[in-house]
Amino acid sequence: MRFIFKTDYDQDIRLAKHGGHVFWYGLLCVLLAAAPVLLSEYLLAQLTFILIYGIVGLGLMLLAGFTGLFSIGHAAFLGVGAYTQAVFTGMGVPFPIALALAALLSAAVGIVVGLPALRVKGIYLGIATLSFGFIVEEAFARWESVTGGNAGMSVGQVNIFGWVADSGTSFYFVCLVIAVLCTLACINLLRTSTGRAFVAIRDSEISAQSMGIHLAYYKTLSFAISAALAGIGGALYAHQIRFLSPDQFNIIQSIDLLLMVVIGGLGSIHGAFLGAIFLIGLPQAISAVKDYLPEAIAQAPGLKAVIYGAVLIAFVLFEPLGLYGRWLKVRTYLQLFPFYRKGMFKRQKSFQKSDRLK
Amino acid sequence: MTTSLLSAQNLSVRFGGVLAVNNVSFDVREGEVFTLIGPNGAGKTTVFNLISRIYTPTQGTIDYAGPQGPIRLTDQPPHQIASLGIARTFQNIELFEHATVLHNLLVGRHTHSRSNLLSEIFFTPAVRRAEIEAREQAERVIDFLDLQHYRDTMIAGLPYGVRKVVELARALCTQPRLLLLDEPSSGLNVEETDDMAFWIQDIKHELGITVLMVEHDMSLVSKVSDRVLAMNQGEVLAMGTPREVQGDPGVIEAYLGSVDDVSSLRREVA
Repeated sequence: MRFIFKTDYDQDIRLAKHGGHVFWYGLLCVLLAAAPVLLSEYLLAQLTFILIYGIVGLGLMLLAGFTGLFSIGHAAFLGVGAYTQAVFTGMGVPFPIALALAALLSAAVGIVVGLPALRVKGIYLGIATLSFGFIVEEAFARWESVTGGNAGMSVGQVNIFGWVADSGTSFYFVCLVIAVLCTLACINLLRTSTGRAFVAIRDSEISAQSMGIHLAYYKTLSFAISAALAGIGGALYAHQIRFLSPDQFNIIQSIDLLLMVVIGGLGSIHGAFLGAIFLIGLPQAISAVKDYLPEAIAQAPGLKAVIYGAVLIAFVLFEPLGLYGRWLKVRTYLQLFPFYRKGMFKRQKSFQKSDRLK
Repeated sequence: MTTSLLSAQNLSVRFGGVLAVNNVSFDVREGEVFTLIGPNGAGKTTVFNLISRIYTPTQGTIDYAGPQGPIRLTDQPPHQIASLGIARTFQNIELFEHATVLHNLLVGRHTHSRSNLLSEIFFTPAVRRAEIEAREQAERVIDFLDLQHYRDTMIAGLPYGVRKVVELARALCTQPRLLLLDEPSSGLNVEETDDMAFWIQDIKHELGITVLMVEHDMSLVSKVSDRVLAMNQGEVLAMGTPREVQGDPGVIEAYLGSVDDVSSLRREVA
């Protein structure tokens, strides 16, 4: 058991709260840096996907997990970022500038979508973002002069002012650097007043407002940042896949993204990446065990969808805090050993919510 | 002492066919504890919601002696109220449940934050200094209300009585000039109510904050209030010192019913 004796405000603010953080995150960085040596080319590509989806997950986590606004059309932002990147790099714009443009354009679209969020909540916001997703997917398919329509569009390699990321390893490092920067940006944001305003809006709009938080501004801001991160993820996705077509950004993709943050654990930065590992890792795991399954199950169409659905239901029922919540319990168990009590994480029924002025 | 900090003139608010507040006028003087009392449904909380701009009055105005001169409160957007120095608590606690006590208090410092988005993303030294400053202020309030023990506890795991204090603490963190307390003692036991009475007096005397509160517990009201406004059915019944108001026949009637009411309830024996 570790007791942190706080003698300084900096201890509350700094990122690594104690030596354990320094050690484990340091180890993670070393492993990630050494991944090209340790992993095969195929696994490295999967790890790259995890990083890309992790970035998108960060964005959705900020929106759904921290601000409490659910978007069922997030693939649209991913698509806007991907197509922006594809179009601009196709015109010969260097990668960093195209990436910034992809983020900005996605953020702008996010603001437009965020505007209805000021008026609708919960399921209605879900429907609004869902239909927005359909509109954008349709736009990708119809706007043939720019997107190539359903025939698709191929994307070039990453070109950073003359340096070309022409191998899986070099592109992996591009993604790694961007993922680390995005994560740091999110963590920084969450430990300042903007991040606290997001959490305040999630937990109680009425008292957030009476504490001086401008609801419209912060909700729109959350949408914009979330969309920008999805746009960055989309841009990297474009370079990774090297070929874009509208059906990559359909409702299934949106639901996958939402699934990712819910399973990862709403309201935690870790959750975004844990969810990405789950989302990318599960198909691999399924195909790995396929050989050992009876023919009728292994070859059944929709096996993946069934497993995804079952896992999601299991998480909602038994572990609403997702993989990260589960990890916290395991960690607490180990820290407190042998003093862990069974009911320690029993959810408290919150009372007196009925009278909210909403 | 005599300058008025907040002045409501002829306030009325109508929800459909219900006239929740009808032509209510009052002044809150700087440095006093002003209490609204009245039976359930009298419109006390509605008056609070008018001041914090959750509702817009159908008629009437609220003027406030702001830090930079007089301000017509009824023209201000709701999120602006806190930065004018008006903080409030809620009758049914409205804390940020999935956050720690300290986190809640820091949200109270929101209006004092001057950093922009970009500097926050990079967490510049200026932002770090501002964060430390915010924590110092929050720590002062924690010290004032004896919340040290709960600093890093999640709200969801706190008992009701402590949540009530945390809400008061969060309001104090905004460094208000006017504090609106909506039933500060509801759901508290006798000891906790006594503590609350001491704190309200301390808030008035030590911090020099004007308090406007809604309260049902008459012993608390008479202990801390300078003046009391009694309301019933959205209208003003009486205003004055706690003793005057408690002795007012209209107030007694509102709470206990008149002699005629009682006789009408009597069963006629044929």
